[in-house]
Amino acid sequence: MEKWHAGLMTCRRQMLWSVTIRRNMSAAAPASSSSPTATSRFLLWLDQTFHDVEPLLNWNATLRKRLVRKKNLFYGYAQRNYGENIAAAYYILNLKGAFRFAGQTEWFRSGPRGRFSYDFMNYPATKIEEIDLSGTPINHNGLDNLVSQVHLRKLTLRGCPEVDGWFLSRLHVFSETLEELDISHCPKVTTGALSALTHLRMLRRLDISELGRVQNPGLVQILTEEMLPHCLVIGADYSHGLVSDDTTQQIESTPGHKTQPVATES
Amino acid sequence: MYSCQRLASRLHGFHAAAVPLRTVCPQPRHFSPRICQISTGVASRSDLAKELELQLKAMREKAASALPGSDWTPFEIRNDLPPKRVDILIVGGGVVGWSIAYWLKRKSGPRKALRILVVERDPTYSQASTVLSAGGIRQQFSLKENIELSLASLDFLRNINEHLGVFNEEPVDLQFNHSGYLFLASEKGAHIMEANYETQRYAGAKVKLMSPAQLKDMFPWINTDGVALASYGLENEGWFDPWTLLSALKRKALSMGVEQCLGEVRGFNYGVQSVENRELGQIQLRRITHTNIQMPNSLEVVPVESTLVVNAAGANSGKVAQMVGIGLGSQTAISGISIPVEPRKRYIYVVHSPDGPGLDTPFLVDYSGVYLRREGLGGNYITGLSPEESEEPDITNLDVDHDFFQDKIWPQLAHRIPALESLKVTSAWAGFYDYNTFDQNGLLGIHPLVRNMYFACGFSGHGLQQSPAVGRAVAELVLDGGYKTLDLSALDIKRILHDERLLERNIV
Repeated sequence: MEKWHAGLMTCRRQMLWSVTIRRNMSAAAPASSSSPTATSRFLLWLDQTFHDVEPLLNWNATLRKRLVRKKNLFYGYAQRNYGENIAAAYYILNLKGAFRFAGQTEWFRSGPRGRFSYDFMNYPATKIEEIDLSGTPINHNGLDNLVSQVHLRKLTLRGCPEVDGWFLSRLHVFSETLEELDISHCPKVTTGALSALTHLRMLRRLDISELGRVQNPGLVQILTEEMLPHCLVIGADYSHGLVSDDTTQQIESTPGHKTQPVATES
Repeated sequence: MYSCQRLASRLHGFHAAAVPLRTVCPQPRHFSPRICQISTGVASRSDLAKELELQLKAMREKAASALPGSDWTPFEIRNDLPPKRVDILIVGGGVVGWSIAYWLKRKSGPRKALRILVVERDPTYSQASTVLSAGGIRQQFSLKENIELSLASLDFLRNINEHLGVFNEEPVDLQFNHSGYLFLASEKGAHIMEANYETQRYAGAKVKLMSPAQLKDMFPWINTDGVALASYGLENEGWFDPWTLLSALKRKALSMGVEQCLGEVRGFNYGVQSVENRELGQIQLRRITHTNIQMPNSLEVVPVESTLVVNAAGANSGKVAQMVGIGLGSQTAISGISIPVEPRKRYIYVVHSPDGPGLDTPFLVDYSGVYLRREGLGGNYITGLSPEESEEPDITNLDVDHDFFQDKIWPQLAHRIPALESLKVTSAWAGFYDYNTFDQNGLLGIHPLVRNMYFACGFSGHGLQQSPAVGRAVAELVLDGGYKTLDLSALDIKRILHDERLLERNIV
């Protein structure tokens, strides 16, 4: 008992040195921009005081990652036995997303407790036209289930925590048909990821608002519009990040970045 | 008065035991001269008591710290020396060296714990190829092994936080830009590009071939004059920050228990065994026992005993190999064939142009060899060119030759991208390629003459992009005895002895 107590005390002394270099618990709280909650602060204090807490919190992080990986498995069985379209539909409903078949107006969604009807199995040969995966944990591995839907026209990924540049770079398979893409509020999308969207030549509407990791939203808005000239880009305002009025005039007088005319649609 | 002086000197004499009582020692700081003029007043007696108390307390503390159980020693503890004996010693602390260290630790685990030491001579990495590179990663090679190495490294980078995430530290942000590589080919090189395209698609790279018309449609700012075919990477290509990868590998390896030593490898102690071979006669087989490391800013040379030595010294791998005698024998013997890795200086220029191509700029590589990529969002680009064999610049320093830009790079750039005709060179730097003069591909494996030295060098400009997969391959060689995930036996170092060149046609 005394030895354990002494061990705790040594731990506390050592931890006191490292207090100054402790950062946010990135393993537990991926959104580091928000202030830490009371729970994460308490866990941080526990971790700083006792050595034994670290593996427990590691397990927590590993379990979360395992859950994401499980959600993004390849539905090989469904693909082999029921065809690509039904496998894709089943995958979307399992993730609690929604979709609409080509040629139909009805949306297939899952209910509040993750239950859904199996009516989509009546249409094995119809391709999916619109997919709504907002808030789902889809990542670049999960796209394996959806690459067969080459007639996809609209994809909504609002607030998806695992969508990053690797995901966006795989969207080139939809370059012939994708017309609307919404990646707003995705915390992992960076500016480098947006440069992967250059393949989507048919894109007409792109929503890139509230991207936490994009440092200069106004400038990125301009550059994205330049990259996709026929697309309406919704995001930040051009004046976002510009400095005060007298310096704004100096910026306006120098030659701008635009080399092509930007066509916006109403 | 005399008694108090004696008391003062006796107390002072505890610190320096040889001082006799009668000598006049310099008054200690907290003793005022007044104390020696003793009087019968109460005030001075209580002062004396207080001083006495303080002195006794100091004596007790000094005695306690000198006793065993405290951390005072008469010997100075030096933290910079390497351990006397390690299991694996890695020469070179660049991205390849740390990648090997990380994978060795990861594969060996806590039960079969290995003692690994990474020796690096420059903590600022001022001349290291890793941090001076342009940071690109691509799959558009002509050799299947290179494509596979690059794909495996990309898989590592995709899940980098799962591999290199340290608990309670910031997640690793590589700042990966997902623009592809765009290779342009003239009439002469179009058939090579088509053959490479077959190999790349077969190995799993996602590449698209484009005609000049399609190229103009996709990138209107390119002048397609002279271009017969273009090859564009659709996914898994781009560039990232090499410092971040190096720091992440280092941080994770150190957290797993790898040790680091700052010092320069000066030589090896090795045992020699003479063996009779029917065709080659007597050969001297060497086994390294100790590595002699010179400490920084010092003449001290420390020997470190190790079972295995891994040569990941980059551009200096040839020199390190010479310390074991590879390359120093006679011309006809095997020991006369040196490791064909030497440093080659390459320049990178940062240019600025406000009218240049925007966010969709790929990593453009022209058939003349000039390459260009975007840097940041402010209209800055990075450009460079590998010079001809006959015009290789001097490698004694890392000075930049700006005439090279004016004469060789700018005309080609202006021809290919007319918007860049008016540009300004804002900055430039130079770095070394660890150039494999034999066939410009990596050298892996054990040299037949040195029984316990593994090589991982000669990547000729691709070391950074292949480093995670190379680290895993060398760890498999060391721990499992052979390749388990990727079969890289084609890149074995013995090919330099058999004179079998494995040429890579797409060197940038």
